[in-house]
Amino acid sequence: MLRILLSALVFIMLASPALAVQPDEILDDPALEARAREVGKDLRCLVCQNQSIDDSDADLARDLRVLVRDRIVAGDSNQEVIDYVVSRYGDFVLLDPPFKLKTYALWFGPGVIILFGIFAVFMFFRRKRDDAKEDAKPEALSDAEKARLARLIDEDH
Amino acid sequence: MKRFFYILPLAGFLLIGVYLAIGLGLDPQKLPNMLEGKPVPAFNLQALEGRDDRGFSNTDLLGEVSLVNIFGSWCVACRVEHPFLMKIKENGWVPIHGIDWRETDRKAGPAWLKRHGDPYTLAGDDPRSVAAISFGVTGAPETFVVDQKGIIRYKHVGPITEEVWQDTLRPLIEHLREQG
Repeated sequence: MLRILLSALVFIMLASPALAVQPDEILDDPALEARAREVGKDLRCLVCQNQSIDDSDADLARDLRVLVRDRIVAGDSNQEVIDYVVSRYGDFVLLDPPFKLKTYALWFGPGVIILFGIFAVFMFFRRKRDDAKEDAKPEALSDAEKARLARLIDEDH
Repeated sequence: MKRFFYILPLAGFLLIGVYLAIGLGLDPQKLPNMLEGKPVPAFNLQALEGRDDRGFSNTDLLGEVSLVNIFGSWCVACRVEHPFLMKIKENGWVPIHGIDWRETDRKAGPAWLKRHGDPYTLAGDDPRSVAAISFGVTGAPETFVVDQKGIIRYKHVGPITEEVWQDTLRPLIEHLREQG
């Protein structure tokens, strides 16, 4: 049983993500194809918006993959291909949002929230420690208690 | 000071609430028109079968205000706006040029126009999205308003209705014509 489970696990780990790239789209030159994949995984499919064009079966994604390959074969650099697509569809087509004024909240937001959390935890424990200290300090004796203490000490002598 | 810390979670909650409320109002399908104010991208499309024009290219768009309409025989919403395009053509309000987008069969687009009527002055076949991608098209129908100098002035996503025409397209076209 264990052996079956283990071998199943191995096969699951061997599986590669299913790409929508069709055999007839793949370039003959593996180096160029690798570059096309590099570009394709960063470009959003405009029809099914949370997939890259390499993952999407949509017709428009297919045409974008072909366009990426045509441009790479024509001698464009990866950045030139991406810039071209951005010039047509805007930053939204990039799966990684670019780092600029409009997206600072996106990039810094999580860090700010973590800092705020650390600060809150720090304040919480500091207050707890202060409370504990206060509890440990004995209260001053009242006048009645002082008198009683004096009486007890006197009795001993 | 202490009171300030009690207000902080509430303030944070309100801030996130406002932020998300704005987010709800945004339409993620609505993308910016990157080409507004820019010249029409270069394209040169083959003619549709059965039409006697020589095809359709970007240089055809110089000289007068026109509409460029992305359509396809497979596109349901194109069927919705089609009667209104015919009305524009019959009244001679503005020339409409068509880009027949992503037909799997070359005959499908022409057959569709034959059946329902052909509102286009010029039309070209774009089976591989070459022109459509250079226009930044994400779906059909989309319609671009192009001025006399071949500059894209506006993009309308979705069917053209009477309302869209009266409120947006007609005033814009008249304005562009006056500017000449």
